[in-house]
Amino acid sequence: MEQVTSSFVLSILLIFASAAFTDNILLARFLGMCSVIGVSNRVNTSLGLGAAVIFVTVVTTAMNFAVYHYLLVPLGLEYLRLITFIVMIAAVTQLIEMIIERLSEGLYYSLGIFLPLITVNCAILGLSLFMLNKPYGFIQTLAFGAGGGFGWFLAIVLISGIREKIDEKRLPPGLAGPGITLIIIGIMALAFVGFSGMIKI
Amino acid sequence: MSNGTAKLFLKDVWNDNPVFRQVLGICSALAVTNLLSNTLFMCAGVTAVTALSSLTVSLLRNVTPKRIRMIVQVLIIASYVMMVDIVIRAMAPDIHRFIGPYVGLIITNCIIMGRAEGFASQNRPVPSLVDGFASGIGYSMILITIALVREPMGFGTILGVPLPAREQWWHQWTIMVMPPGAFFTLALVTWFARNRLEQTMKTGGK
Repeated sequence: MEQVTSSFVLSILLIFASAAFTDNILLARFLGMCSVIGVSNRVNTSLGLGAAVIFVTVVTTAMNFAVYHYLLVPLGLEYLRLITFIVMIAAVTQLIEMIIERLSEGLYYSLGIFLPLITVNCAILGLSLFMLNKPYGFIQTLAFGAGGGFGWFLAIVLISGIREKIDEKRLPPGLAGPGITLIIIGIMALAFVGFSGMIKI
Repeated sequence: MSNGTAKLFLKDVWNDNPVFRQVLGICSALAVTNLLSNTLFMCAGVTAVTALSSLTVSLLRNVTPKRIRMIVQVLIIASYVMMVDIVIRAMAPDIHRFIGPYVGLIITNCIIMGRAEGFASQNRPVPSLVDGFASGIGYSMILITIALVREPMGFGTILGVPLPAREQWWHQWTIMVMPPGAFFTLALVTWFARNRLEQTMKTGGK
């Protein structure tokens, strides 16, 4: 019994680490790029947005998992998954916005603009869609969502740290802005390729 | 009319190109460009969804209440994406296995939402259709360019056909099919295209 529990805990940790590092949603799966290029010029805003994204990925992957496996599959409505997922994500984001507004005015105003942006952040929908290809149970799916969100958080904070330094330097006009950001992300992706093969699932 | 349409078309394809000019929709631009065949299916899907959803949003623009228009637009886009997903799955199951999740992600492709909200919600149906279609073509142009760089370098093939006399001179450049290669190629394409654009703007008036 103890053996079973410990191997289960280990699998949870491995799923979290592989979703965050080897299969980083931004650097290996290319998702959530629009917000990264748009928002990643300051570390503070990146921290706020990243934290909100972690929260939303955990909640939405869990809810989408439940809706897909307990509602859509029994009814034979798998083809409706895209519409269902996006509506769920929009609803959760809206709900979180309302809750935060009630609980903490300060946090609400610092996150204000980013919450609606999260609905169209493809990393969130992407995690829900990739989740369907994996043979995970509910708890493992939670770990997968948390790991994916954490990987995105890590990537955007690191990128914004580098951009804060680079934005003060002079660059060729065509390269400034998105061009140099993509090169930074490319070099960072190169570093993350080093993680691949370390975790086998 | 036809002159205006041509101008609108050109503006969306080049001057306001969604990828390198407005930096929209790059998630899929990076993910599907390791093979040209994947890219072509993705481009066809995105172009169809942009054109048709712009048309639909424009047709419904007078009956859509302002407050819920974003939700209506997302639902319109999601319905078309669902159809594209089913069509690609039926036509090319092998390709669908690889690009499947990214086809679903067309919903959150900012190009489509951007055209729906920025153009189609205020304009008549025919120009909206042209606008959506042209944005799709502008997007496809960049993706095909990137795929034409990555596939030959990474796999030594174009559309699955080996390059001539590949054994004698070709060496696999693995990094090109891996994520970093995608970022670097898109960065170079953006750099080049923005430079061209700045030059033409300086010399040719607009």
